[in-house]
Amino acid sequence: MKEIVVISGKGGTGKTSLVASLAALSETPVLADCDVDAADLHLVLEPRSRHTEDFSGGKSARIIPDKCSNCGKCFELCRFEAIIKDDSKQPVFSVDPIACEGCGVCSRFCPEKAIEFKPSINGQWFISDTRYGPMVHARLGIAEENSGKLVSLVRGQARKLAEEKGLPYIIVDGPPGIGCPVIASVTGSDGVLIITEPTVSGEHDLERVAELVRHFQIPAYLCINKYDLNPEMSERIEEKAVSGGIMVVGRIRYDRSVTRAQVKRIPVVEIDDSAAAEDIRKIWEALAAEINKNN
Amino acid sequence: MEAKITIAVASGKGGTGKTTVSANLARAAAEAGYKATYLDCDVEEPNGHLFLKPHLERRYPVTIPVPLVDEQKCTGCGACGEICQFSAILCINKTVLTFEKMCHGCGGCKLVCPTGAITEQGREIGIIEEGQAGGLGFLHGRLNVGEAMSPPLIRAVRSAGQKSGGLVIVDVPPGTSCPVIAALRGANYVLLVTEPTPFGLNDLGLAIDVLKELGIPHGVVVNRSDPEFDHFARDFCREKGVRILVEIPDDRRVAEAYSRGELAYDALPEYRDSFRELLVSLEKEARK
Repeated sequence: MKEIVVISGKGGTGKTSLVASLAALSETPVLADCDVDAADLHLVLEPRSRHTEDFSGGKSARIIPDKCSNCGKCFELCRFEAIIKDDSKQPVFSVDPIACEGCGVCSRFCPEKAIEFKPSINGQWFISDTRYGPMVHARLGIAEENSGKLVSLVRGQARKLAEEKGLPYIIVDGPPGIGCPVIASVTGSDGVLIITEPTVSGEHDLERVAELVRHFQIPAYLCINKYDLNPEMSERIEEKAVSGGIMVVGRIRYDRSVTRAQVKRIPVVEIDDSAAAEDIRKIWEALAAEINKNN
Repeated sequence: MEAKITIAVASGKGGTGKTTVSANLARAAAEAGYKATYLDCDVEEPNGHLFLKPHLERRYPVTIPVPLVDEQKCTGCGACGEICQFSAILCINKTVLTFEKMCHGCGGCKLVCPTGAITEQGREIGIIEEGQAGGLGFLHGRLNVGEAMSPPLIRAVRSAGQKSGGLVIVDVPPGTSCPVIAALRGANYVLLVTEPTPFGLNDLGLAIDVLKELGIPHGVVVNRSDPEFDHFARDFCREKGVRILVEIPDDRRVAEAYSRGELAYDALPEYRDSFRELLVSLEKEARK
């Protein structure tokens, strides 16, 4: 079983559209949407949920008004600007649940034991069926933390499903950026497919994402979306990628059928006579051949 | 503009044009004679500098406090490992191990240590660079590659930006979780950039929910607006009760200018008026 993670560095370069097409091309994969704070894969794959569970990534603090003596110790100790001081209220101090990092320092050092510190529900995760294969996805609550932990949970569940059913591929839709949820998405995977665009931002962000996959020693592959928007830039990016040890597996033409597919809620490879679809098929062939080489 | 106003540019979905809108807006503000500062809080992938091409004058590291254990003083009691919620310090067989990259810098272990064996030292997670771009103040953070936690760096960028008066324009990272919240703090008004596509609008909905939760007034910019799809965006915003401030057409010339690192404001003068008008309506909205 091979786990392939699609990431981009820069957001909006076409990760989810590509993953939806790989879902259709890879024959009964397990799908995992690890972009847990702005998940979109479900909009195309229309999963039917068969298992839902709450996700608790950590604890959060709450001041019990009757016990609080307004001493201000919590306000003094909190390093996350999460204790709000409002002299017009009683008690004067309260916890801002959005800013609370869940460290528990306020609760531990409150002289009145007036701060409870309990597991909080930060989101939900789902196992669903799609017309291409099972899918694990999640929804992080509004303004919640711990997206890295939720990503690890989604990947773990996807792996379990693939093992149980003996399915050959896990295709992961990754988040943008290079921080906590991205690190949680790529570590220990079989390969990372980077999709970027031929712009100065795409080039800049690719350098950082390439450094990240090198840091974690994961085989990396590149495709450039809308490459014809700036062919010289595309070439420059590809050259840089190759010299950084990343293999180029294809290019995708700028094609309005990508947006039309999104509106129709189907993968672009299911649109007839689409140039982008043709390009994505070639990418999958090249990628699958490479991924199955390294055993 | 005398009083300080902070306008944040956010989106939910990545790649909808936050940097395009915020950098052009910042340029428009500077050209119109505002005292303005552009703050790039997308510290994982900062891009504003590629378009504003600032002259960088200052560069300094941002650190978070992590524990340093004095083995001579440590009795191996394990209190530090018990309070830590992030598995950043563990006590096994009376020996303390620290995992600095997991540390959130809450200071709990130092506070709880009965023998004073724990002090704190700074660990660099990224840098801040400051400079000028024409008449515009410029500031961005760059997270070191391999670092997981961007919020402390974002908070540092924001508080460095607090010092500048006038108009502050904040480029916010994509998503809806902690980095976004850190970047939005203190904003008077948030401009949400979307595309009129299902992905764009789904993530716009999530971003609107975040702003309602935070209680910050907001309006929408529809980028890459397209007669074939615009009605989706208009219907969506009407339903959500959110105002569309401007629609920027899906113009291949804008995309090509962007690909070369040029601002539409500079490369395509016919766009200047729309950014100027957007600036005026934002100022009005932010002062409400």
